[in-house]
Amino acid sequence: MAELSARPTIQIKGIREGLLVTLSDGDWLTVQNALLVQIEEQRSFFQGAKLALDVGNAILHAAELGSLRDKLSDKGISLWAVISNSPTTDTASQLLGLATRLNTVRPDRSIKSIDTSLDGEAAVMVQRNLRSGFTINFEGHVCVMGDVNPGAEIRASGNVIIWGRLKGGAHAGEGGNGNAVVCALDMTPTVLRIADVEMIVDNRKHKPGPQIARLVNGKIEVQTWDPKER
Amino acid sequence: MTAKVVTVTSGKGGVGKTTTTANLAVALAALGDKVVCIDGDIGLRNLDVILGLENRIVYDLVDVVEGRCRLRQAMIRDKRLEELYLIPAAQTRDKSAVSPSDMVHLCDELRPEVDWVLIDSPAGIERGFRNALAPADMALVVTNPEISAVRDADRIIGLIEAEEKGPARLIINRLNPVLVKRGDMLNAEDVLELLAIQLIGIVPEDENVVVSANRGSPVAFDLKTRAGLAFQNIARRLKGEEVPFMPLDDKDDFFSRISRMMRPGG
Repeated sequence: MAELSARPTIQIKGIREGLLVTLSDGDWLTVQNALLVQIEEQRSFFQGAKLALDVGNAILHAAELGSLRDKLSDKGISLWAVISNSPTTDTASQLLGLATRLNTVRPDRSIKSIDTSLDGEAAVMVQRNLRSGFTINFEGHVCVMGDVNPGAEIRASGNVIIWGRLKGGAHAGEGGNGNAVVCALDMTPTVLRIADVEMIVDNRKHKPGPQIARLVNGKIEVQTWDPKER
Repeated sequence: MTAKVVTVTSGKGGVGKTTTTANLAVALAALGDKVVCIDGDIGLRNLDVILGLENRIVYDLVDVVEGRCRLRQAMIRDKRLEELYLIPAAQTRDKSAVSPSDMVHLCDELRPEVDWVLIDSPAGIERGFRNALAPADMALVVTNPEISAVRDADRIIGLIEAEEKGPARLIINRLNPVLVKRGDMLNAEDVLELLAIQLIGIVPEDENVVVSANRGSPVAFDLKTRAGLAFQNIARRLKGEEVPFMPLDDKDDFFSRISRMMRPGG
């Protein structure tokens, strides 16, 4: 046993910050000498290295750490951290301006970034003209790129958005959703229905332009789209 | 020869499908093509009357389909145009006597023999229409400048597109320039804006059409009539010629606008 402890073990490991050298416990001078000998033997390997030293339970004072740092420095090695289990050693290290932990990232520093992606809602996209007799039925929103001709019908539980002329029938909010709207670039529908309210649209005094129909106090109101309105 | 099968249809009745079929058949045959027209209106046949071939019917379409005669025997040759034939409809049966696949087989038999097969579709969107559309390479949609006819045409075009028999071409029939000018009739631009398909011809309202139909000699025989000339122009466009749209009255810019509308469209 005595012989084993007489020969201290030195473990060397590459880490992100440089080299981590772990020393076994024992008489500090013996241990330090063993380290210096090893460094001398592998001079080219240690040349220019950034060294972190794990001294285990050894209790060291600033003078001892300072002299080691100077010796290492002479060999072209910079000591930047001393890790130890002893508060005395930690204090000494801090006095010398050495780090006492390898992991400089504090656990609380990771802040969850704000989620800016949206899930959206179910919708169907139809890219064609809807001629008389064609229908779209959908649980969700309906979007049409094209005209909806007289005799065609759209029924959606959500909104109905038409990038084109709405001349047929449209029912938004089927099933009772009173917040649903119907929008079209040109709104001259035969019948307009939102939730369970319906409206015969008077197309005689119609001015072409984008319009939006929504429920206001239980009645459908068709408003001209106003870019200034929010 | 590989015939092109053209179905003339409209949805609404009375807009001039049969008149158009008869006149296009006459015009194409007069231009030297071999034409067979088929009356698809089983039970309400008219095409034979308008072509003046009523008293020469021995066998009809249903006889061919049910195997009572050969196809040749049912083809009535016109007395004025050697290359014009009619396969008449049966008058004592109904639409269910023929199926869409019967029509496809019949047209496949005709295809190597002639240049054109014109099928006169009955009104409506039911069996008769499906029979007439099944063999079509191309569909001509006839409409009048009236809202009701245009609505039905829209429905028919939708069905043609759904059957992938398109693109359909539009014939606006019985346009009255005086009424249009007064603002009492839809103009061709209004109709085209709603239907959004390519126009192949505008036939002006012309009393000669009625007179000649009653005489059994379609107006297309007489190119001095406006309607006869309009039908001939359509026939030439079918053959691939670029024929400018003729002015219906003095308002030249009206028609130049129409031809401008036509060019970009498909």
